[in-house]
Amino acid sequence: METTGESLALGVSGEAEPPPLSPRQLIWRRFRRHKMAVAGIFMLIFLILYSVVGALFVSESYANYTDTTKRLQPPSAEHPFGTDTVGRDILARTIYGGQISLLIGLFAVLVETVVGVLIGAIAGYYGGAIDSILMRFTEAMFNIPQLFLLLVMAKFFAGKIPTIQLLGRTFSGSVIVIILILGLTSWMYLARIVRADFLSLKEREFILAARTIGTSNLEIIVQHILPNSMAPIIVSATLGVASAILSEAYISFLGLGVQPPTATWGNMLDGAYNYIDSAPWLWIFPGTLIVLTVLAINFVGDGLRDALDPRTLAA
Amino acid sequence: MTPLLEVRDLATRFHTLDGTVYAVNGISYTLEEGQTLGIVGESGCGKSVSVLSVMRLIPEPPGKIVAGQVIYRGQDLLTLDEAQMRQIRGKEIAMVFQDPMTSLNPVLTIGRQISEALIAHMGMSQEQARARTVELLEMVGIPQAADRYRDYPHQFSGGMRQRVMIAMALSCMPSILIADEPTTALDVTIQAQIIDLVKALRDRLGMAVIWITHDLGIIAGLAEKVIVMYAGFIVERGEVDDIYDDPRHPYTLALLKSLPRVDRSSQERLATIPGLPPDLLDLPPGCPFAPRCIYRVERCLQENPQLKPVGLHHEIACWVDVTTGREQ
Amino acid sequence: MSQYIIRRLLQAIPLLLIISLILFVLMRNTGDPLATMGGRRLTRPEDRARLARQFGLDKPIYVQYLYWLIGNDWTKIDMDGDGVPETPGIRKGVLRGEFGTSLVTRGKPVLTIIWERLPNTLLLMIITEIVIIVFSIVIGVYSALRQYSLIDHLVTTASFVGYSMPIFFVALASMYIFAVNFKKWGLPYLPTVGMFDPQVGKTPAQVALHMVLPVLSMSLVSIAGYSRFVRATMLEVMSEDYIRTARAKGLPNFIILFIHALKNASLPLVTIIGLDIPMLLGGAIVTERIFAWPGMGRLFLDHVSRADTPVVMGILMLISVAVVIFQLITDIVYAWLDPRIRYT
Repeated sequence: METTGESLALGVSGEAEPPPLSPRQLIWRRFRRHKMAVAGIFMLIFLILYSVVGALFVSESYANYTDTTKRLQPPSAEHPFGTDTVGRDILARTIYGGQISLLIGLFAVLVETVVGVLIGAIAGYYGGAIDSILMRFTEAMFNIPQLFLLLVMAKFFAGKIPTIQLLGRTFSGSVIVIILILGLTSWMYLARIVRADFLSLKEREFILAARTIGTSNLEIIVQHILPNSMAPIIVSATLGVASAILSEAYISFLGLGVQPPTATWGNMLDGAYNYIDSAPWLWIFPGTLIVLTVLAINFVGDGLRDALDPRTLAA
Repeated sequence: MTPLLEVRDLATRFHTLDGTVYAVNGISYTLEEGQTLGIVGESGCGKSVSVLSVMRLIPEPPGKIVAGQVIYRGQDLLTLDEAQMRQIRGKEIAMVFQDPMTSLNPVLTIGRQISEALIAHMGMSQEQARARTVELLEMVGIPQAADRYRDYPHQFSGGMRQRVMIAMALSCMPSILIADEPTTALDVTIQAQIIDLVKALRDRLGMAVIWITHDLGIIAGLAEKVIVMYAGFIVERGEVDDIYDDPRHPYTLALLKSLPRVDRSSQERLATIPGLPPDLLDLPPGCPFAPRCIYRVERCLQENPQLKPVGLHHEIACWVDVTTGREQ
Repeated sequence: MSQYIIRRLLQAIPLLLIISLILFVLMRNTGDPLATMGGRRLTRPEDRARLARQFGLDKPIYVQYLYWLIGNDWTKIDMDGDGVPETPGIRKGVLRGEFGTSLVTRGKPVLTIIWERLPNTLLLMIITEIVIIVFSIVIGVYSALRQYSLIDHLVTTASFVGYSMPIFFVALASMYIFAVNFKKWGLPYLPTVGMFDPQVGKTPAQVALHMVLPVLSMSLVSIAGYSRFVRATMLEVMSEDYIRTARAKGLPNFIILFIHALKNASLPLVTIIGLDIPMLLGGAIVTERIFAWPGMGRLFLDHVSRADTPVVMGILMLISVAVVIFQLITDIVYAWLDPRIRYT
């Protein structure tokens, strides 16, 4: 209970205080304080430059050029990262593989976020039977360990999507397959967060107010509720990129992911364990790049989570 | 005669990301055997930190006791090692905290939480500790004490939990009981019960009490001596009558004016103190209360006044004589 | 409590049905199980039609699911392809405990195939889980108590890096270090393939030795993640008021730590572990593949690549049931640890 002494502290302030920071400034200030997160940003920029600028120096056809007379060569001046089992240059492949791995990570999260937000928003906003059907489905998907589901889905879609040409590049259909299945097997967590947010927000006064003045459901969802659950969506999406890159690596490592000749950091590792004693460069370089990327994204995600923490932002 | 407890120039700081918080800035006081001392002040004025420093329960880091002595029965507690300090805590000096909802461990039975202190300090066996715990629970007025031994904190009401806390604090018959706003989190009627309980137990067991509160009203009927704290400094101290009948510091005056009193007309509006307590991160060079003080003179903004006597046991830290409104 | 358990189990039934439906539909389109029937030669077209009818692969998908679920012994199937069903079905269906027979290993019952592999995977999983829990608690608690010390910083950074590693990377790196290089340097080195050395036989010592690297690979990533979590939870708990109360009582540190703090800190940990055990199963796929460990993960890979629906469905349903049961166990353990929770 409030007693007299305590209420003293609530007296009107006589002094001018510095203008409060906008939430955006506050988030940025907190993010900057997170040294690891800033380091993560720099690491990410470096890795993106590596796979984008690197591509200006070597062509994709060189990355996919096989020369079996030069297979399994250790790192040298000609092939700084060595060559793989069919004589392709590993440095060039990590550059192009990086592009694909990063693209897969980004687009898979796009799919994941769209599906997750859509299902969570619909379930939370409409409630009732729609909610319980969608949530049963979400729970069912949650109960199948992701890697198993990924492998089954990888088989399901394999060969069903044709190779496409985009910006003068050829993208193997398997890249699209991987993006789709990664997105379709990881949206459940996000859907639950968004649903919970919607459930609690839709009863709040400002939503009821919007409804009484005749705002449409879609407008309410997009303009009023969604911005309020942005923080967990952003954090989950950031960390999602890391786990998508990891998952891609897992299924490609098991030979069910992106099919050669298209390189990804994951499929470069496929079969590397057969040469564990004779050609460690097969897995050291792409493996390290995966670890660095995931690490960098995790740092950034961690920093974002702290910076966006609503418990401290509301103050 | 040496006092039971003597605190000399105690200073505690917290080193946080935003800078150094000057929580307690050189306070001194004494406590005699069986005496009750009230420490009064607004939230965040350093009163809790000052007693936690006495118990050496300041989280380190970020906190640190940077200066002073805490002499208990001739021994400086600040120089003891952890093992020696453990023998003081709970056994010689015990503490009751503000929020009984969070101060009891939710996953352990209250019987266990009381008896473990008996086992640790008094060398009792499980059975002895259990019997003593039931006695203690009865002493603090828990009905069906024997049956409630196995209950968990969430099965008790707030007032009952605070009784459990008191039983726990008194379990080893300490010489000093520190009560850190033990009634703030409780309903008014329960508040009175708890205060009466502590009073009765104090008189029965003859222990000294340090009672911390932001409510001057509580202190009136409880304490013999009162310390008023502001921004980590003691701004006024004296016998309880000095403080109530003849307050000399502008802050104490303001505190008393904000208190509803039966001897004043109900038409009179309660006063509030304008402004907020200073940020302990960057204290102004002068008197910390100066920005909010209606008696402020030029000197207040430059120099922080030391405590000086205005009566037999009555001291204030102020440049102004509030009876005349003029600089002393 | 028992009412709660029964209710949860009843709720699990529709959930498992939905899971089986999703998986069945996905599996039916993953390839042609009749292409080689597990042998080397292509299946002849006339056999193919007969086999398709025998396994019911010519039926619409919902009929196939129905047969899988409740069997087909209540109806007749058309074996000779003349359009008239004449042979009585013999399948009993999953609901009556029959998971069917493998399509690729000449009619071997699914359960037999799974039971052969299950103990190997369980052995690996249980040891890994114990290693994970013990190490993450020790590291997390230590790191929390020495917050901001050099060791804490090292542990925090190392766990961040470890947490970002794919299991296969840990597996390959540990193989490279402890098997390849140790051998090269003349040090005692660890085996990398299988469960035991065929020349020595399947002795406990051999199995233990062969488990070191797989367990290391599977546990390292989880230890990194959990110790971070334990540290954060411990720090949170250690700043709680009741810990201050315990200290104010003058209790010895180990009682404060292991009774007052750890019991509270273990609550969220229990939830996380319960939810993560299925993830570990996923990790087992990769680990078993790399270390040629004869467990369920490898079984799954072998059969999913040949579209052997009955076996794959059997494995996946078993895992789904395990997930449901683990969630229930998690709830029960949680209630046991936290007196405030009472399920009704």
